[in-house]
Amino acid sequence: MAAYLVRRFLLMLLTLFGISVIIFGLLRVVPGDIVDILFDSAGMVDPAGKLQIQKELGLDKPIPVQYAQWIGGLARGDLGYSYISEKPTLGEILPRIPVTAELAGLALLFSVALGVPLGVISAVRQNTLTDYMLRIASLTGLSMPAFWLGLLILMAIVSWFGDMPMYTDMPSGFWQQLGLYAIPAAAVGFRSSSLVMRLTRSSMLEVMRQDYIRTARAKGASVQSVNYNHALRNAMLPVVTVIGIEAAFLIGGLIVTETVFNIPGVARFLVESIRVRDYPIVQNLVMLIAVVVVVINFIVDMLYAVLDPRIKYSD
Amino acid sequence: MTFFGNLTRFATACAVVTGVAASVAAMAAEPKHGGTIKIYQRDNPPSASIHEEATYSVNVPFMAVFNNLVLYKQDVPQNSMSDIVPELATSWKWSGDYKTLTFMLRKGVKWHDGKPFTAQDVKCTFDMLKGTSANKFRKNPRKAWYDNLENVSVENDFQATFHLGHPQPAMLALLASGYSPIYPCHVSARDMRVHPIGTGPFKFVEFKQNEDIKLVRNRDYWKKDRPYLDAIEYPIITNRSTAMLAFVAGKVDMTFPTEVTPPIQRDIAKQDPTAVCVSAPTNVSTNLIVNRDAAPFNEPDIRMAMALAIDRKAFVDILSEGQNKIGGTMLPAPDGVWGMPDDMLRKMPGYDPDVAKNREQARALMAKHGYGPDKHLKVKVSTRNIAQYRDAAVILIDHLKTIWMDGELEEVESSNWFAKVARKDYAVGLNLTGNAVDDPDQAFFENYSCKSERNYTGYCNPALEKLFEAQSQELDQAKRKQMVWDIDFKLQEDVARPIIFHSTQATCWKPYVHGFSPMVNSSYNGFRFEDLWVDK
Repeated sequence: MAAYLVRRFLLMLLTLFGISVIIFGLLRVVPGDIVDILFDSAGMVDPAGKLQIQKELGLDKPIPVQYAQWIGGLARGDLGYSYISEKPTLGEILPRIPVTAELAGLALLFSVALGVPLGVISAVRQNTLTDYMLRIASLTGLSMPAFWLGLLILMAIVSWFGDMPMYTDMPSGFWQQLGLYAIPAAAVGFRSSSLVMRLTRSSMLEVMRQDYIRTARAKGASVQSVNYNHALRNAMLPVVTVIGIEAAFLIGGLIVTETVFNIPGVARFLVESIRVRDYPIVQNLVMLIAVVVVVINFIVDMLYAVLDPRIKYSD
Repeated sequence: MTFFGNLTRFATACAVVTGVAASVAAMAAEPKHGGTIKIYQRDNPPSASIHEEATYSVNVPFMAVFNNLVLYKQDVPQNSMSDIVPELATSWKWSGDYKTLTFMLRKGVKWHDGKPFTAQDVKCTFDMLKGTSANKFRKNPRKAWYDNLENVSVENDFQATFHLGHPQPAMLALLASGYSPIYPCHVSARDMRVHPIGTGPFKFVEFKQNEDIKLVRNRDYWKKDRPYLDAIEYPIITNRSTAMLAFVAGKVDMTFPTEVTPPIQRDIAKQDPTAVCVSAPTNVSTNLIVNRDAAPFNEPDIRMAMALAIDRKAFVDILSEGQNKIGGTMLPAPDGVWGMPDDMLRKMPGYDPDVAKNREQARALMAKHGYGPDKHLKVKVSTRNIAQYRDAAVILIDHLKTIWMDGELEEVESSNWFAKVARKDYAVGLNLTGNAVDDPDQAFFENYSCKSERNYTGYCNPALEKLFEAQSQELDQAKRKQMVWDIDFKLQEDVARPIIFHSTQATCWKPYVHGFSPMVNSSYNGFRFEDLWVDK
């Protein structure tokens, strides 16, 4: 197990190195020069000024040198300065991470808390009215874009209550924050919950046709016990995999949700930074997301062993 | 005119009357001190340095941090020479030949960091704008404004003199713009982009990227009873639907200036009937840009044919329900000071209301170059990927079809637009041009002068440029007006940058907001906000 962990850790490092090269390369390949973009807001491009800014930002150096400088800085904890705000990158990124993390966590919680039980109910009541209703609801969730749902929710709130949540002055209390994030989390988590529900349902249906479930029923185990202790635990394996992947994909949903609800999170900030080619912000932020995704995958792999005792990671 | 057109005009008139009535009522009431106002900011400003940017996304939140030497009177909707008032200057004096302009400066004014303001700061600001200072701007988009300024001399701490190459009475108009704040000598250009220091009614507190901008009252402001407000906050809300919902829900007290389109204005009126909305021309024109070096557009006939194909009324009706204005380079009267008379306007190519006749002429010109029903000219119409640009470009493509031009829309990522245009990496484009000052000195020199970096089409007519200079030196306003009209006529005749229409947009605020007068001939100059007050 220890050797496996070390191997996985090294593989993680290698993956992150690959990602760093791809991010760095892609940013320089996409059309649009950062200096031209800096000039855009002035509605002109001055060739002499352009050279001066390139020099100031270190963009006059060869690409491999720029890459080495970035990675070297990263290793030292020096993430450089944002080209746009001219403030330290770390200071720009750090305060936004908890906002998105909290929102993502809540959205994930929403999708699991709603998706898994409803999936189980839908499976055990297969082909009943409840099943049909839940399947229609899940299909609706899958086909509704998060930004559209978010906007509808906002319009409904303004229309019914004459009010709407504003996120520029964040409340400090936990419950206040929870109240503020609940709606956008529901908007972004609804789609995931539909996916989780459908997967739980199909996985449960498959498991419930297994011999050992019939045996459990035959030995007189209660319906609750059969459904939740025997069937659900085994049905959860593919669901956990999807939840892991969804956690990574949530960032996509959060970009639009943060824009619609005007939440100052890291997802919206990333898109804005890509738009203006703020290399230090984009590079470091994507690296951070990559680390999170790689770590989540690692945790999911470890969870397999917990959920299924037959899976053993050996040397 | 259609019933719908009449209805729209009536609705607009009602809105303007309501707004004006509300403003008049507010003027009659006694202003109150205190309170905070929230104005949503439509996008993330590129920096906090007004001198380095050319978007009013910077002027709106940061103009209140600064003072100019002189300023357009903030409660007069139309900017004109007669409404320029002293700010950091207490008075000014022209020499007999209008080549030197001396400013007596206000004493006892302090920068927000406590240092005293002196004439040296005036010199520093204009040295930076001229590019002769060691402290350099990264970007200097309005350098062309000061081509005629030879230098600024300092007589003593409270007197500075502008020395001009030739007489230029309109220099004062340029200095009165929101784009002409005085910067401190002792703060670097870099710091001004991040944490601006001014002498204005509000002090900068913070600018969180993509979140908000906060200003607080300057308690040491030289105008003792101003500002009325304790603070101004600008939450940055980039999604327009969210922003409008925030306004209706009362989370912001005022929309971003001139950001409300006619359909949105109707929605607001329905959802919050108490809101005050005022429509006004923005002095932003939508125009056709043609790369004069790219064949076959190097042929004057082809460019002329394009100008003749434009049905301006269709643009105005479709995009603004009849509210936008048709004019030349200068904003049409009565809102614009320099707009040419209607009969002259109609004589310009493509301005005759008989569109069919114009297009017949255009097709004849196209035929001269071998194009016809069987041989169409394929062209990429490039534009910025923003609805305001895109929608107009789609209509333009439709109009070009009538003269055998098959246009294909090329949406250019917004942040790459000006770089692409500056590289002349386009054949035909649709662009928006904002004129900060309703004065020919700004409009002509910035957009059509041979050496201006913002002359995107590269149009260069040295003979006409001499006329630019002549009108600039003319002291008789009536004579100058006639010269300006002739120049404007020639610019349209040369298809320099055919103006399609001038935008009209609305600003909305809650009824408890007082002291804001939207300007009718510029969207860059009216945000000092020292007279703004709230009565919640």
